[in-house]
Amino acid sequence: MKQYIARRVVYSLLSLFLLSLTIFFFVRVTGDPAALLVEPGASPADIAAVHHQFGLDRPLWVQYGLFMSSLLRGDLGQSFYYRVPVMSLYLERLPNSLILAAAAMILSLVIGIPSGILAAVRVGRFWDSIGKIFALLGLSLPAFWVGLVMILFFSVYLRWLPSSGAGTPLHLIMPAIALGWAFAAAHMRLTRSAMLEVLGSEYIKLARIKGLPQSLVIAKHAFKNALIPVLTLAGVNLIIMVNVAVVVETVFAWPGIGRLLYEGVTFRDFPVVQGVVLLGGAMIVVVNLLVDILYAVIDPRIRLGS
Amino acid sequence: MTVTSSADLVIAPRPRRARLASVRLDGFPVVPGLILITVALVAIFAGQLAPHNPEIGSLSARFRPPFWEAGGSTRHLLGTDQLGRDVLSRLIFGARISMVVGLTAVIFAGVLGTVLGIISGYLGRWVDQVIMRLTDTWLALPPLTFAIFLAAIVGPSMWNIVLILGITYWTRYARIIRGEVLSLKEREFVRLAIVAGCSKPTIMLRHILPNVVNTAIVLGTLELGVVIIAEAALSFLGVGVPPPQPAWGLMLADGKQGLMVGYWWLTVFPGCCIMLMVLSANLLGDWLRVKLDPQLRQL
Repeated sequence: MKQYIARRVVYSLLSLFLLSLTIFFFVRVTGDPAALLVEPGASPADIAAVHHQFGLDRPLWVQYGLFMSSLLRGDLGQSFYYRVPVMSLYLERLPNSLILAAAAMILSLVIGIPSGILAAVRVGRFWDSIGKIFALLGLSLPAFWVGLVMILFFSVYLRWLPSSGAGTPLHLIMPAIALGWAFAAAHMRLTRSAMLEVLGSEYIKLARIKGLPQSLVIAKHAFKNALIPVLTLAGVNLIIMVNVAVVVETVFAWPGIGRLLYEGVTFRDFPVVQGVVLLGGAMIVVVNLLVDILYAVIDPRIRLGS
Repeated sequence: MTVTSSADLVIAPRPRRARLASVRLDGFPVVPGLILITVALVAIFAGQLAPHNPEIGSLSARFRPPFWEAGGSTRHLLGTDQLGRDVLSRLIFGARISMVVGLTAVIFAGVLGTVLGIISGYLGRWVDQVIMRLTDTWLALPPLTFAIFLAAIVGPSMWNIVLILGITYWTRYARIIRGEVLSLKEREFVRLAIVAGCSKPTIMLRHILPNVVNTAIVLGTLELGVVIIAEAALSFLGVGVPPPQPAWGLMLADGKQGLMVGYWWLTVFPGCCIMLMVLSANLLGDWLRVKLDPQLRQL
């Protein structure tokens, strides 16, 4: 168990190292990174100052050392546009992103789990086909277009919901649907396959042989066990939602991290763009590590088998 | 007597055409196939089909609705945008951009991922470790965020987008193809090739590659929809195909300006085009997956 966790931690640290190396490499691959790291229209003196600050005139490995040492101190540089450290900007926006992700997650589970169970219980029949179509649409409809069409209906024609901004629960409804839609389809598919696996197991057969009614077998015996993989995926997806919401947040002007990334790109504020990518990748690596450890704690087959 | 007749039954060849049809096209998704073929034809013959120049409009004809609404005319069948450009012509030329970007990015990502997957799986040891750790790391990066980051570095242009999407989406091919290669390299024909004295590059190219091409094609078809949506999202955010080119994502971004005043056609038409194309690609990919590669059915 300890060995397993130690190996997972080492892999994750390696991933974080490669992540920083990837970002470092791509910033320098196109030539002079000073062009990205100074404000648009900076004077030659400013460019020289940046060269000195980041050690751009020194060997690559020294540059990487400087880059890493500031990263480890939590220093992601200064935003050109807001004139504050990127880290504080990020932390300021993070709660908004989490609120949106949580709302979208609740929505996707409320839709995904019941429809997945229904599809598994009625496998190969009408509701299963409806579920398949739903999953396919979740995969094929771009979230930002769903958002735009909702604005058209609910804000422009019906005038029920505000089209952009944040502050009231009403502001949350449309962004949460646009973001949660695709995930609802993913959760439905996973619930369906997990339920099918559990429904084929011996103890479910036993429960049926005992003469328990179908509803009780499903609700009490099958559902609980099928829920484990779904909830694990939901945990990972919550963090992924925070990091993929950029288009949805842009459509609804929701002041989260995605919107921050969009502003970074629009205002050519490169430190912000770099910071959001680095922190997003790091967050996902850490969550994957936590899930791996959690799985090992729950399921002895994993820690012994490997 | 009965024996010969049953043997006859077994040997009796079915007509060649019928057999081919039943093997190749059984359950072919006709409508999605037709949609994709239509989009491809429209993309090829955009210059002949489009009634107007997609990049030049007249400011006196701004925000004209489609012809069936009050104020619309058959001159602009699907209306005009904020610069008076013909929406239908922009959609037609947009098909070309989506097709070109989608296909080339998928092929680029596929070649990159397949090559790395084969090398990783066949050579094993430290090469495998390096490539797989890199794949893990890139899988951890949220793809769209990473693509935006790359776009901020290299600047917007159509071919840069192809490059960026290729660099972002190769990981899935590498992972799955490596897994296939691991089982392939234990098979008899590969071992015989080693005994016969084939070099490693020869084995990878002549014996491994042909056996993973099917998987790569299936993955590519399934990835096509993802890549088209990613291109539209990048263009929508202003880091994709630069204006005034008529990319569908860019049209959606422009359409947002007119959305609040109810100019629905600027949002609905490009979105429907994206949806139809992605839906068709996904349905075709699903069909190919079942046909070409039974092992991938669980995907």
